[in-house]
Parts: sequence; C-alpha cells; structure tokens
Amino acid sequence: MVDYKQYHPAWGDRSPVIIGFLCNWCSYRAADLAGTSRFGYPATLRDIRIMCTGRLDPTFVIKALREGADGVLVMGCHPGQCHYEEGNFKAMRRVALLRRTLSQLGVHPDRVQLGWASAAQGIIFTETVKEMTEKIAKLGPLKWHDNNHDASPHLPPLPEKEATHG
Amino acid sequence: MENSRTYTYYPGCSLQATAHAYDESMQAVNKQLGLTFNEIDDWNCCGATEYFSVDALPAYSLVARNLSLAVQSNGSQDLVAPCSACFLNLRKTNDYMSKYKDLNSQVNQALAAGGLSYEAGALNVRHLLDVVIEDVGLEQIKTKVTKPLSGIKVAPYYGCLIVRPETGYNTEYPTHLDELMVTLGADVVDFPMKTHCCGGHMTQISEETAYELIRRLLQNASDYGADAIVTLCPMCQLNLDAYQNEVNRMFGTNFHIPVLFFTQLMGIAFGLSENALGLGSEIIPAGPALAKIGTVDEQKTRERPKRRDKKALPMPSMDSGGNE
Amino acid sequence: MSEEEKIGVYICHCGHNIAGTVDVEGVAEWAKSLPNVTVSKDYKFMCSSLGQELIEEDIAEQGLSRVVVAACSPHMHEPTFRGACSRAGLNPYLFEMANIREHASWVHQDDGEAATEKAKSIVSGAVSRARELEPLEPFRAPIDETTLVVGGGIAGINTALEIANAGYKVILVEREPSIGGHMAQFDKTFPTLDCSACILTPKMFDVGNHPNIELMTYSEVEQVDGYVGNFTVRIRKKARMIDVDLCTGCGDCWERCPAKVVDTVYEAGLGYRTAVYRPFPQAVPKYPVIDTESCIYFKNGRCRACEKFCPTDAIKFDQEDEIIVTSVGNIVLATGYDLFDSRRLPQYGYGRLANVFTSLEFERMTNASGPTDGKVLLRDGVTEPKSVAILHCIGSRDKNTNDYCSAICCMAALKFAHLVKEKTDAEVYNFYIDMRTAPKDYETFYNRLMQEGTHFIRGRAAEVTDAARKPEEVGKLIVQAEDTLIGKQRRIPVDMVILMAGMQPRHDSQEVSHRFGIGCSDAGFFNESHPKLDPIATMNAGIFIAGVCQGPKDIPASVSQGAAAASRVLSLIGKGEVEIEPVRAHIDEDRCSGCRICNNLCPYNAIDFLEDLAVSRVNPALCKGCGTCVAACPSQVIDGQHYTFNSIMSQIEGLLWDVRPNGEEKVTFQKTEPV
Repeated sequence: MVDYKQYHPAWGDRSPVIIGFLCNWCSYRAADLAGTSRFGYPATLRDIRIMCTGRLDPTFVIKALREGADGVLVMGCHPGQCHYEEGNFKAMRRVALLRRTLSQLGVHPDRVQLGWASAAQGIIFTETVKEMTEKIAKLGPLKWHDNNHDASPHLPPLPEKEATHG
Repeated sequence: MENSRTYTYYPGCSLQATAHAYDESMQAVNKQLGLTFNEIDDWNCCGATEYFSVDALPAYSLVARNLSLAVQSNGSQDLVAPCSACFLNLRKTNDYMSKYKDLNSQVNQALAAGGLSYEAGALNVRHLLDVVIEDVGLEQIKTKVTKPLSGIKVAPYYGCLIVRPETGYNTEYPTHLDELMVTLGADVVDFPMKTHCCGGHMTQISEETAYELIRRLLQNASDYGADAIVTLCPMCQLNLDAYQNEVNRMFGTNFHIPVLFFTQLMGIAFGLSENALGLGSEIIPAGPALAKIGTVDEQKTRERPKRRDKKALPMPSMDSGGNE
Repeated sequence: MSEEEKIGVYICHCGHNIAGTVDVEGVAEWAKSLPNVTVSKDYKFMCSSLGQELIEEDIAEQGLSRVVVAACSPHMHEPTFRGACSRAGLNPYLFEMANIREHASWVHQDDGEAATEKAKSIVSGAVSRARELEPLEPFRAPIDETTLVVGGGIAGINTALEIANAGYKVILVEREPSIGGHMAQFDKTFPTLDCSACILTPKMFDVGNHPNIELMTYSEVEQVDGYVGNFTVRIRKKARMIDVDLCTGCGDCWERCPAKVVDTVYEAGLGYRTAVYRPFPQAVPKYPVIDTESCIYFKNGRCRACEKFCPTDAIKFDQEDEIIVTSVGNIVLATGYDLFDSRRLPQYGYGRLANVFTSLEFERMTNASGPTDGKVLLRDGVTEPKSVAILHCIGSRDKNTNDYCSAICCMAALKFAHLVKEKTDAEVYNFYIDMRTAPKDYETFYNRLMQEGTHFIRGRAAEVTDAARKPEEVGKLIVQAEDTLIGKQRRIPVDMVILMAGMQPRHDSQEVSHRFGIGCSDAGFFNESHPKLDPIATMNAGIFIAGVCQGPKDIPASVSQGAAAASRVLSLIGKGEVEIEPVRAHIDEDRCSGCRICNNLCPYNAIDFLEDLAVSRVNPALCKGCGTCVAACPSQVIDGQHYTFNSIMSQIEGLLWDVRPNGEEKVTFQKTEPV
C-alpha cells in the first residue's frame, strides 16, 4: 500500500478516496482499456458508470463528498465528441459552477475535477487518475463533517475562463 | 499599430567576435521590427559543441547558470539566442532538466553552490529566427520591405542545430528561412543540404574532414545556382566563409559564394545602409552578389512558358503540400 | 420494499486474472455481511455455463430478487448474465455487474491488498445499487430491411453483394463518380500477382446491375438520425451535370473536352483527365461527371463542347445537387483510407526531385491502362530506369507522422520489385526496417523475391538527395541509409525512387465518425466494439465497419471483414425486430411544473411541451437516454430509467462503505415525495 503520509500527515494509514463518474461511451471504456492494457494507477478511484456526463446531478457530487470521499472525478468524451452531441458541455458548466459553490463552502475546488478521455485513451485516463490522486493527497483528507474542511484564507480564486466557460 | 516586444537575451560569445556582423545587423533589424532584447547580466559561455562530450554534468550546470540568471532578470520568459549552438545548449538543458529528474536535482545541487537555482521549464528558449517569423510574422515583415531582393538567388542554410529539441519546425527539411527569404523578395533555390554539417570544430581537428564537408555544401549551393548562402548560425557562417579559399586550394575548385546572415539580408530589404549591417567584414565579398539585387532576370522574362511535353508525366503539385 | 430484497453476490476468479491479485474468497465471505445479501459465492469462471447455472439455481431455490456478479467489464459480459437471470425468470434489469477485473485486479497488479479493498468497495456499491434497481422491459421495434453501405471499395462492394444476394435491399453510397476504390487503381495483387481489374470488374458489374442494390455514386451521407433498425439518413447526390437516363457512356464528351487537368484521384497525380470524365474505362456506373472546378464553361461561361457533341443531349449544365432522405435498418461503413502524403517528409524529395514516385503513382505506372501503358519510366516519360530504390515505411512506424505499421507496404514493395524486374533490367534496392510478411503464402513470395536478386538493405532511409559526392553519383538520386546489418552508412545511387507511403484514415474520418455516432481512435481509424471478438460492430448498435477504415489491412482481410459485416446485418434482419435498452428518461407529469427547462436541453428534441396540460412529456422513440434533462430538472421529477436518482445515490453510499462518517445518522438526499 502506498504511504500517503508523505503527502499530508493527516492521511495516517488510509488512502485518499475518489469517486469517479465515468460516461459509458468514452471514459468508462478508456478505464476498461487501461485495464486490458495493464496500465497501473493508484487504487484511489471508485467509479460509477453513467450514460453521459450530462446525467451528472450536482447533488451526486455533494453526496459523495459528505459521505466520505476526498474528491470527485468526472470524466466524459472529449468536447465535440460526445456520444449524445453535447452532454459533456453541460457537465462542463455544471462542474464549473459546482466548484465555485464548493469553494465558497470551504472545499478546495481541486477536489472536484473534470477530465476527458476517448475510448482509445486508456493512458490519458490513467494519467488523469494519477494526477488527481496526487493533488488530493497533497490537500489531505476532506473531513466534511469537521466544518472547516479546507477552510483557509488562501484558497485560489477560480480562473475567470473556467467560471464563464461554455 | 506595432507592438514592441521585449525578450530576455543571451548573446553568446561569437556575436561579440567573429559574428559581429550578425550582432550589428540584428540590432538594426530589431529596431525596425520593434524588438527589445534585454541582455542577461553576467552570462557565461554556453559550452559550445565540445564540452558536453567531455563532462556532461558541469556542462549542463554551466548552461543552467545562464538560465537561472535569466529568470533572475525578471524579464520576459522568452529567452532568445541568435547563435544556434547557444540556442541548442540552452534549450537542451531546459528540456532535459524537465524530462530527467536526476539531472534536474544534480544540476540544481551544483547551482546551489553558487546560491542559484533553476526551475526546469520556467523559460522558453527560442532562436532569433523563430522570434522573427512567429512573433513578428511574415506579413508584418513584408510591410517593412522597401527594396525587394529580386534578382539574387539565395541558398537557405539552416545548419544542424536549430530544429532540436522539437521546435515545431520540420526537423529534417525545415522551410521557415526559405519562406522568410521569399517574403523579402529573394529567389530561393532548393538546397538539399540545408541541414547538413558545416564541419563544426573539425576545422581545428581534421582539416581534411572539415573541408570535405564544406566543399559538399558549396558544391551543392553552386549546382543549384545560388549567388549567396544565407545562414543563421555564426559557426556555419564562419566555416563556409573563412575556409572557402582553403577549400578551393585543397580541391582545385573556384567557389566565390558569399555567406551572409539572414538579418543582413533583412536589413538590405528594409533599405538600411550596408555599414549598419556589418557588410564588408565577410571574407568572400558579398558585393557582386548583392549587385544583382534589383536587376530583372532577363532570361526569365524572355523565357516563354514551356509547353507541356506530351510524353512527360506530371510533377506532383507542391501547392497543397502536406495534408496536416 | 427494498428491505425485503434477496441479493445474490457472485465473485468471479476469472482464472488468475482476478484471483491472482484480489482475494476473491475473502471478498465473497465479506460480502455476506452486506445488507440484503442472502447468497455470496466465488467461482472460477462465472461466465462458463456452470457459473451461469449457479445463478439460475440460486434464483430458483433461494428466491433471489437481485443478482450481482463481480467479474469483468459490463461491456464484456453484462448480456451473458442478464441472459442467465432471464432464463431463471428474473427480470434482466435487476442484474448488476461489478467490474473488478478491468477496474481493479488488472490495474493494481502490484498491490493485492489495495486491489482487494477496492474490489470490496466496488461490490458494495453494486449491491447498494442493485437494491434500488427496477424491473424494465426492453423496447421492441421492427427492423427496416434496407441496409446502407457507405464506401464502394472492395470492402463495401463485398458487403453490398452479400446482403443483396441474400435477398435484401442495399443502398451503396460512394463519394467518387465510380465504385472500385483503391483496388481499381492497382494492376496486380500480391502475392499471387492476380490481375486486379480482372477479379474486381465482375464484382463491380454485379453491383451495378443487381436488382437489390441501389447505387448512389458521387454522393455523400450528410446526416444520420434514429437507432438500430430504424435509421433515417440524408444523402446528397452531387450534380453530375449529366442526365444518366439519356447518357449512353459513349465517350464523345470527354474526347472533345479541351480542359485537361492532372487527375489526382484515380491516376494518383501521374496522369491527366478532362473536365468531363469517367475515371476509368471499367467504371460503374458508366456515366461521366463534369468537374465544375476545371470545366471551361463553368469558369468563364464559354465552350459547351461536350453539350454540342453529345448525341443524346445528356449534358445538363443546370443540374443541381439532389437530397435524398430515406430510412435504413443497418449501416456498414467501408470508407477506406487516404494515402500518406509524402510531401510531409521533404527529405525524401517527393515533389522536389522528379524521379521520386509514390507507391500509388507506381501502381498506375505499371497498370496497362495507366499513363505509361504499363511501362516503367522516369518522369520524362521516355527513359527506363537502370536502378530503382524502394523505401519502406514512409509515414508508417514513425512517431513524427504515424506510429503504426500500415501492414500492406512490405508486400506491395515486394510486388513492385518483382514488376520492375519483370519489365526492366534494373537493379532493385529495398530499404526496410523489418520485413513483415505474415499471412498465408506471403513469406513464400518474399523468398521468391530474394531468389530473383532484389537487394534488401535493412535500414530506414535517411534521405534522398541529388547532391552528389562522387563522380558515379552525378545525375542520380542518392539514397542514404544506415545498413544496420553491417553497421555502416551506405549511399546507393539510383535512377528512380519509390516511396511506400502508408495508409491513413480518411482526412474527414473524425467528422464522419461523429456523424455516425461511433468512436474513432486517436489516429482516426473507426473503433470496433471489441478488438478481438467483435472487430466488425461499433459502439453504436446497427452500425458496422469493414475494410481499412477500421485499421490497415490488405484486400483479403477487407473482403472478409466486408462479408462478416454483411452476415451481422443479415442476422439482425433475420430476427425481424430489434430490442432496445429501456434506458430512457421519464417525466412524472403529476409533479411537472411545466417550467420547460428540459425542453431546450434535449439534443434530440425528444421532449414535447403539452400546452393543454402545461407539462412536458418525453417521446421514448426519440429519447436516447443520456440523462441531461434528468440532471437539470429543478423539481426532480424526471427520472432516468436504470440510472435513477436513488440507484446512483445508493451506489455512492455503497462505494464509500468504509469511509462513511461513523455513528452519523445516515443522510440521504431524498427526492421530494409526490404531494
């Protein structure tokens, strides 16, 4: 087992837990391809298959965070490649707003991330999980119920571009 | 409206010595193009071509010192080097330090001894030609041309150093200098040896090897009817210019091909005075070649468009070249 | 109600694939403690008939109301286990798959403990989700018996003929004026040296005259809507400027046409054609087209020579594109490939040095009906080469261009070497990285070529140049390469160079894949449903792929894949109706506030607003089940069947079984109850 204390002492013996929402057509298959190709990645992601990232109800994310997840990764098809034309654009807007809302609640916006991988991009899926795990590991456990989560006066502002995108 | 652009600048040693003409013409052209270069304070040698083969770690550290000083200067993140060897060494060190963690930590350990450090990838190392073509742009350059270089045939000589590590230009057969020369109005000849070796420092080690390499380049330029070779590397310019007579002596040839920096030709096209461009300091005089500028190629006007040879097969069109 | 569910959990070893990393017995034992789990077992291969019978028996004997199988990806075996449930009388949508192979054992091979913990979470999530599943019935829809085949190369031709011969209608759409594809350009085929035209032309003729095939050449599919069995396609039939009902294909028009242009398609740039043209004598259909870009009349309003000389008045300068909208049940894409553009590698001189040719140019050159009447000649059209270099892997196996192997070039290069030897006295040099001659009888051909005295130099060519170093190089093209077998640089002066350009996806393949709703690899080849077991179907049911559009392959492989696609289509037609996953959105009209937010969000316009009732309603025939409206509904009254709000919320709880706050009262976001 990886020792996550080296990233943040508060991990103790446990590992970060990330809930993944993967779309059926691209990113879930990218994850399958990572498996068949034996591309290893940290065992931090527990994924849920949804038909499209457009199905992502923001309450799913809040639910995952308050039920003990340290981060949420939403992955869909590349913009312009959505199996349902434009569901991922909707996810883009919803996640951007959600990140803003969460940061106002004291949750570091990096705890919720959006990524893309086509069905052929097992390696991109793998890299995304690795990067996200490292970020969450550095942030430390979320501890939603402690009331102060990531509360820190130094939360980075969301980039303008992202907030207004799509 | 022109924007003036500011860059962090690493001149390298040759621009103050053998390639002072490059330096002078670059300064003159920069003024025209609105480019401001802020020289790094207290820079040191880039290690040139040999040092990396002798002892790699000190060589990288030596280069990294310059990168570190460049960051300290708090200027532009774009670090410009006009000399191809300097460019390669700076770019390579920056690139390898990003790619290889061990090298990165060792170099930074060495830098720490001098109270310095460098975060790999903090700078974008660029060659002067890249800045001129990408940032200023050919369209902008075209508006500055007051004396098109029509009538002179130039062979664009890139040398082996400037397209590595991956710059986005074609590594095997770059064409950006060709395009610049066309923009200036020059007649550009195909020069298949455009990225072949000029001999480098072999002139100091084995004359036979070096002169043969130089001869091939001169022969190829001459075969394609070039009046002049245009280059962007002080080492290439020096070898082809300074050793041309030696080559003639050794092989019994009779080459008189002037070797100029692209900035000199830009200056001429912009209507700047020859003095301001360091012209006259070359060993093979450029006068006769430059005298062709402005003369209309009579041959060309008299030639009627060739009728299609009924038997000949069509040549592939280069107009739509490359589908990417 | 969910409290009474009886859930059966089955953990698959998958041989060592899962059990080698995950402690499957441990997980099965642990799963017994999960709420509602009445049975929990592990088994060597759940997908085997014995494994499936295990489930069937337990459903019958233990009265299981939900089944969870923890094994591979649902894209692999979900249908298998749904079938088992179905056979035992359990609604197949009450089955849930936990993917502990692709998503656990295979990606955490170095850490069995972590993989086991993760597998537990995945199983726990699946059990929680299973509890909330609802029985569903698949939609059934009749299948349209007409099939659309896109692309009239050898793969598409074969698909169309197989289906048409079985007695069903086919619409074959081809972008060019004639079918035939690349194979029509070749002279010989490897390794048998069969005459390409001789074996292709009869098939083309059959397509043109088949009562069940409607051939639409010079046409493109612009839009595809619908779903398996019931697609609606919009086809643009480009204006030929020829009335095909009147045209006899006599050829008077192109013989009189004064506009000559280089033919970059059929002649690969090596020959000329007129503005009104038929690509080649055996073209199907036999009618010409007018290329309006090079036609003198279309450029400056004068000429009309073709019109004057046409004996049947078939030239129609005012013809316009025709749009055809029709329905089809299945679609087969066989759109082929583009040749790698050798100008992207200027170091090999194509376009700069006259006597550098591409492989396709050389195919035309050796073709008896080609620009040189089959003679091997230099660009001047007169001189026969005395030495020829063939450079392999141009735009293949190169990270700067395409990193894959184009599969056919080694054999084509051998064929070329043989043809050069047959037609001239020239020496032939092959510059290769590796010789790849795997399929049946190919190696024999390679051996034969070695016997014939062709030179093989193992080394990727560095450049082709006319810069001579030695007197014997003057006036020649010099190929420089490192001969890796002797470890030396070699310079071979030759008269002619042939570049074995690789196969690339069509330049618009990304666009086309999106139009048909199928996936595309990074390179641009269409994605198959499974690389081993289903290289014919795509992720979009009812859409199949054949030929090089799926990946580089030679003629026999394309023909086989075309026939395979036809058989897949026929088996669907044979069933008479299609079953469609009931994953659809549903609006609870009693609680809908009529805000209409969902109306505009739907990418398929599947949500209608009922003015009289002031509520929105989903049209299940148009809905594809993406769930965008479900997530957006402010009253939370739209539910996505099989991916319901409750099932996902429950899955989240299950996945987080080990980290949920201790002692805290279970907090769930309950949907608002109906008033």
